[in-house]
Amino acid sequence: MNLPRRNFLQRATLFTAAAAAFGSGLLKSAGAWAAATWNVQAFTAKTASDAYSRSGYANAVNSSDIVLKLPEIAEDGSVVPVQASSNIPGTTSMAIFVPDNPNPLIADFTFLNGAEPFIATRIKMAKTSSVQIMAKADGKVYMTSKSIKVTAGGCGG
Amino acid sequence: MDQPILIRAHLQDGEADIKALIHHDMETGLRKDAAGKVIPAHFINLVSATLNGTPVMQAQWGIGVSKNPFFEFKVKGAKSGDQLVISAVDNLGMSYSGQTTLN
Repeated sequence: MNLPRRNFLQRATLFTAAAAAFGSGLLKSAGAWAAATWNVQAFTAKTASDAYSRSGYANAVNSSDIVLKLPEIAEDGSVVPVQASSNIPGTTSMAIFVPDNPNPLIADFTFLNGAEPFIATRIKMAKTSSVQIMAKADGKVYMTSKSIKVTAGGCGG
Repeated sequence: MDQPILIRAHLQDGEADIKALIHHDMETGLRKDAAGKVIPAHFINLVSATLNGTPVMQAQWGIGVSKNPFFEFKVKGAKSGDQLVISAVDNLGMSYSGQTTLN
């Protein structure tokens, strides 16, 4: 038997095994994100109705059980504070929409394992518009909305 | 090496109130520079948080989240000593993370 060749083959096998292990590790770390792959179709939608349907928030029913806090006037549309919470039992996710923005879907938050249906963040608004908060609960979509006057738009252009 | 996510967590009556901030330009891809050239989009689009390794919050963002994103969320059933980790990635594949121990 050709010993050097056998040696090479053994090493090659080891290398392949190591590469496979490394590869599976990469797959695993990518898998952690699999539950939240960026929904490019929804976030690049240019109309509110496309944004609703592509993000799974279509056919929303108005609800006063979503509490939305935001200023009445935004002097700087690039930083508008938004805070929202849902009192609808079984709320699993909440999303922020600004129908008059170039891309109406702003953000979509999913609550898991004890997280409460509450979000606070800061958003950009191109012009005076409504801010809509949608909530998913038991397969249904609920919405509340408030208008806000924007004196200087914040999307650039 | 991940860029940092700044975290401030407050634990009261088993509820963790978590505030986080990431330094990021959040470029929309809609703005132009002085020469009239479009500034390419560069924004964080995926955020996730775990408590002791269990996912508690996952978010997807678009270009409408403000520069230097701030966000706040709340988790019930949290206790002192719990490990909170927040991770994020942007559309160019750069990653961001931060962690803290609740107390």
